[in-house]
Amino acid sequence: MKNKVLRNMLIPGCIAAAAVIIPGILIGCSVIDAYTAQILTLGGINAIMALSVNIICGITGQLSLGQAGFMAIGAYSTVLLSSTFSLPLPVSIVIAGIITAFFGFLIGFPTLKLEGDYLAIVTLGFGEIIRVILVNLKQYTGGPNGKQFPTLLTLNPAAAYITIIGMLAVLVILIQNFIRSTYGRAILAVREDEIAANSSGISVFRYKMIGFVIASFVAGVGGALYAPFIGFIKPDMASFTKSIDYLIYVVLGGMGSTTGSILASFVLTSLQEFLRFLQNYRLLFYPVILMLVMQFRPQGLLGTKEFSFVKTWDGIPGLIKKIRNRKDSSTDTEGKNA
Amino acid sequence: MPDDKKMILQASNISIVFGGLRAVSDFSCELYKNELVGLIGPNGAGKTTVFNMLSGIYSPTEGQISFWDKNDTLSIVNKKTPAQLNRLGVARTFQNIRLFGQMTVSDNVRVAIHSRRTATPVDVLFRTSRFRRDEKMMTEQVEELLSLFKIISKKDELAKNLPYGEQRKLEIVRAIAANPELLLLDEPAAGMNPQETVELMNLISFIRQKFNLTILLIEHDMRLVMGICERILVLDYGRIIAQGKPDEIRSNPQVIKAYLGQEAVDA
Repeated sequence: MKNKVLRNMLIPGCIAAAAVIIPGILIGCSVIDAYTAQILTLGGINAIMALSVNIICGITGQLSLGQAGFMAIGAYSTVLLSSTFSLPLPVSIVIAGIITAFFGFLIGFPTLKLEGDYLAIVTLGFGEIIRVILVNLKQYTGGPNGKQFPTLLTLNPAAAYITIIGMLAVLVILIQNFIRSTYGRAILAVREDEIAANSSGISVFRYKMIGFVIASFVAGVGGALYAPFIGFIKPDMASFTKSIDYLIYVVLGGMGSTTGSILASFVLTSLQEFLRFLQNYRLLFYPVILMLVMQFRPQGLLGTKEFSFVKTWDGIPGLIKKIRNRKDSSTDTEGKNA
Repeated sequence: MPDDKKMILQASNISIVFGGLRAVSDFSCELYKNELVGLIGPNGAGKTTVFNMLSGIYSPTEGQISFWDKNDTLSIVNKKTPAQLNRLGVARTFQNIRLFGQMTVSDNVRVAIHSRRTATPVDVLFRTSRFRRDEKMMTEQVEELLSLFKIISKKDELAKNLPYGEQRKLEIVRAIAANPELLLLDEPAAGMNPQETVELMNLISFIRQKFNLTILLIEHDMRLVMGICERILVLDYGRIIAQGKPDEIRSNPQVIKAYLGQEAVDA
């Protein structure tokens, strides 16, 4: 029993560490060029954002169209904290996440009593408010021209990759731990049926709020990592189209599936780059893929399922046996035929 | 009515108004410990509305609902939310089954006992030993309940994939898992065939004994109601028109009129 617990923690942990360290070294030794590294790391940022949207849309069952607004709060907070108060970068990233979570809490109060479309419209408005405030608060934000913020992460692709993908791995593990607990199950129950959840002793508002605040925190951390990585922020990052991009990752990967959302963010982020040879026609591919997936797999690539490393690991011996048996039986029938 | 028994719920003159419609007016009832009471009435009489008020989904416009919990503490529960009432000891099932469809059978029951956790969010995030002890405790309790109701073999299936009868059963298990004092069953036999109804009757009597519960049930299947209920309340147009033992109800002219019309009484 004890061993099983340990093993269930070790397998994902090792795979996460491998996914962070191996490409990190390869980038460091220039085996993977800086351009590809940039795409992978950006995929990581997008995955963090998709994670955030998935917590709201897939797990809490609400619809948010303003995640980019939260991301912008995270990004600007990091820049202000690091440049104005000269805090070290890791500290300001964590504080930025907490500030964003606090904004999520404030927004959640009036909005989480609303449902579905109404919440979507309110969060949409919230994102726009953030953008307009960032444009007009020139003194601190640099206005529409944005702000430069060159750091170590901007200049060193290996450091950027390790930091951002490492953060992604940590967030995924923590969020999965949270979902597979009494708290997470209560949030899922609210998604499934609010009335039944409420009658089973779950305060619906409280758990919706927990989901919303966690999602805001994750979005804030995503923004806080984006700023030092790109080295430049502008108010447009809070725009509505950005929020929609993140929502698309989740819809395509499968609402409610953390692994699906992450997979879709990496695939779609790299696709945009690999299709560059099509020039502006590449922008057509994106919607076409979306239409095809929605037509043939409306629940998204993974649906609500999760890809589990532990189960895959457990499945390997069975798979080998199956292949062996098939070989044996095929030789048997061959023998009989002869 | 047994005087020596402890009263656990008292609704006095509760009414609810939706816009211009008085869905329930001056409903009063008392429920005693370990009683099994039926609430019947024609369609649209307001039975489910009464349930929704007793379980906190609606708050009555007038009147007062009092509830005595396990420690015999009196609470006035008019304004309580369903979640607060559940923690006090009122659990219910729904007319149109409301399970958490995309969750497994055992997770459905785990949700109902989530408040027994000792783990804090930090324990949960870092999977400390306190978290694992919680999970183990919950798994044991859930499996015990599921084996008692003989659906343990389905524990890892998604609730939405269960056959209809087992979904009804699971809903009852989920309600009982919260360790309630009062169980409200809203048409538990709806959509069941005669044989399943008989099994359900046995099940209801069994859980009442086993968990020392008070049960109030809404039902249209008269065989079930007359068969197991000790006392019956009849509701029509939002008012109580009769109450008493099954035999009294069966011959009550007002009840016959409500169900079958005036001619039936004259005949």
